[in-house]
Amino acid sequence: MQKSLHINPEKCTGCLQCEMACSYENYGVYAPAKSRIKVFDFHHTGRKVPYTCTQCDEAWCLHACPVEAITVDKATGAKVVNETTCVGCKVCTISCPFGTVNYVQETGKVQKCDLCGGDPACATACPTGAITYIDANWTGLNKMQAWADKLGNQAA
Amino acid sequence: MSWAGKILRVNLTAGTVAVEPLNMTWAKQYLGSRGLATKYLVEEIDAKVDPLSVDNKIIWATGPLTGTMASTGGRYTVVTKGPLTGAIACSNSGGYWGAELKMAGWDMVIFEGKSAKPVYLYINDDVAELRDASALWGQSVWATEEALKKQHQDPLLRISSIGLAGENQVLYAAVVNDLHRAAGRSGVGAVMGSKNLKAIAVRGTKGVGNIANPKEFMKVTFEKKKILAENAVTGQGLPTYGTQVLMNVINEIGALPTRNHRDSQFEGAKDISAEAMATPRESDGKKQLVTNQACFGCTIACGRISKIDQTHFSVVNKPQYWGATGGLEYEAAWALGAANGVNDLEALQYANTICNEQGMDPISFGATVGAVMELYEMGVLTQEQIGIASPFGSAQALCELADLTAQGKGFGKEIALGSKRLCAKYGHPELSMSVKGQEFPAYDGRGIQGMGLTYATSNRGACHLRSYTVSSEVLGIPVKTDPLVAEGKPELVMAFQDATAAFDSAGICIFTSFAWGLADVQPQVAAACGEEFTLENLALIGERVWNMERDFNNRAGFTAADDTLPPRLLNEAVKTGPAKGLVSKLPEMLPKYYEIRGWDAGGQLKPETRAKLGL
Repeated sequence: MQKSLHINPEKCTGCLQCEMACSYENYGVYAPAKSRIKVFDFHHTGRKVPYTCTQCDEAWCLHACPVEAITVDKATGAKVVNETTCVGCKVCTISCPFGTVNYVQETGKVQKCDLCGGDPACATACPTGAITYIDANWTGLNKMQAWADKLGNQAA
Repeated sequence: MSWAGKILRVNLTAGTVAVEPLNMTWAKQYLGSRGLATKYLVEEIDAKVDPLSVDNKIIWATGPLTGTMASTGGRYTVVTKGPLTGAIACSNSGGYWGAELKMAGWDMVIFEGKSAKPVYLYINDDVAELRDASALWGQSVWATEEALKKQHQDPLLRISSIGLAGENQVLYAAVVNDLHRAAGRSGVGAVMGSKNLKAIAVRGTKGVGNIANPKEFMKVTFEKKKILAENAVTGQGLPTYGTQVLMNVINEIGALPTRNHRDSQFEGAKDISAEAMATPRESDGKKQLVTNQACFGCTIACGRISKIDQTHFSVVNKPQYWGATGGLEYEAAWALGAANGVNDLEALQYANTICNEQGMDPISFGATVGAVMELYEMGVLTQEQIGIASPFGSAQALCELADLTAQGKGFGKEIALGSKRLCAKYGHPELSMSVKGQEFPAYDGRGIQGMGLTYATSNRGACHLRSYTVSSEVLGIPVKTDPLVAEGKPELVMAFQDATAAFDSAGICIFTSFAWGLADVQPQVAAACGEEFTLENLALIGERVWNMERDFNNRAGFTAADDTLPPRLLNEAVKTGPAKGLVSKLPEMLPKYYEIRGWDAGGQLKPETRAKLGL
């Protein structure tokens, strides 16, 4: 079964535990600046929205890469940057419609979410369930259930 | 370990920024944040210095757990000698700024001297420069944040700044970061203003990686987060209702100071409670509360984000206040509401918003307005003097006075002095509900006896965050004690004071203490900083920090005579509720407190106490 990161902004409090978990997993430091998942705080509405790569099937970044540095992890479906192959040309950062693959000055390579090999640290760290890692075919299950409850579960 | 190991020393007079290694001997004795910054301050300034003079210093400090995955590890402290009190001032704040400073590679920033013109400090990892802030002077906190982000083309810049209140040296001006998180009390913002320092803008990309035992740290912080999640207060009460969960509780036990402490129960409490914030309004069918918000690393998320009623008189034709913004916390709702007899929730939200926008402590502001309203009702102050009729309960007066005080106009200039100076000026010093010049927060020391002793002995003037015995006396955490009795309170207050000093010095939020004891903090500190931080050592650090602060105040000229409460609390009995008939039993508690503290009858540290604590 393939799984997907599932994000529910309504549950996000903006604590950034996910960003710290991501940077710790990949760089061994607590540094939101190095995180591959970002939480955006829209203060005029009070909304906090975590955002990261959705692992497109026909991934623009993968197709755009001239040196084939981005490959598919068959187990997780993640599009993974091979750092030894990446030349830092940044074409993937231009091709990605969502902005979730980014250049890292310090390494001269790009970085993106790789689902931590199947156990995403952000989801483990999230204290509110705003970020979960669930069955890729049923990311809508909770929403469906909530609406089913609302529309069809009234007491007789 | 877990400290960045470097500090910045900024001489505002000379316009220089220097890098120093952190004094690791002191770090091991005082841990960080509150304790460590206070150690630097007491070593570097004369205790008798005028707080608003060039000779005072002001320090922004993080703790060893700041910027880590320890829950609530995002706090920073602003330490200076306070202009409201003349005592040590130590105000801490959440939001994201503290973690950002640590991630830029700095434990603290010490400012000394005074700049000839307005400046701000810009920090981008290793780069730290003073820059011209002439264009920012006269701007609010919000405008300052927006302008600096734009100017540096960096939306992720974090800013700690003052608004008009700090510039005007309102004696309880706050330092505000991330729009609505504040190092709120004791006038630390006025000291910043006195130095022509407008803001500190920080971008930190290095992160915090210097953990002594990283695997153990990840494991233990995960376990401790679980305790917070499963606790009724930190897992449910605070995220759902915020600190405002207390309004009805404290009113019911008869300890909600009302109308400048004339009463101890407020008939309008339900109108300004957490429940009211979560009830749809008649006017627009919307709730004032929009959502909750966490500070950096916090898994509790007690913060409130609210939207004011656009039709309320205070914001008609002021669309800049119609969006979501920082909402009412319990202390602010009390000080702006019950303390003045005002039950208009929207008016409270407006005044609170002005306090955030212009950087002003809502507790001292609200409580000072309470004193003004009492003086008005007595006929000592008139409508002509104040500029508006100011009886208890006037929402119009509250909103108008918030504007005037923040902007330094009219009678606002007098309210800016705080209740002690204002009441003394008009011949009624007894009406200032303060200790050492700082106004009481939201608990009546007659109905919660431990809080009376807490206020009288707090090192930064009346404050609930120095020993929150409400936990024990009202909520039963960690054990239930009777709020109406004096017995056992000296011991309780001392235990809370010392533990709180240790929590604060670690760089975490004291709200974790609803679920965590020092024994839960200790393994996190030990994994981050080293095994020498045993429970005994942390407890000793807490006691050392408390006594260091006390010793500074003694040298500043405070005596045992200052460890007292206003006559209203000592002589006027509570009129209604469970505490009816009671006054504060401070005279019963204080001698015992001195004795267990190891202080003499004059409140001075005995030689053996100094020896034990290494002071």
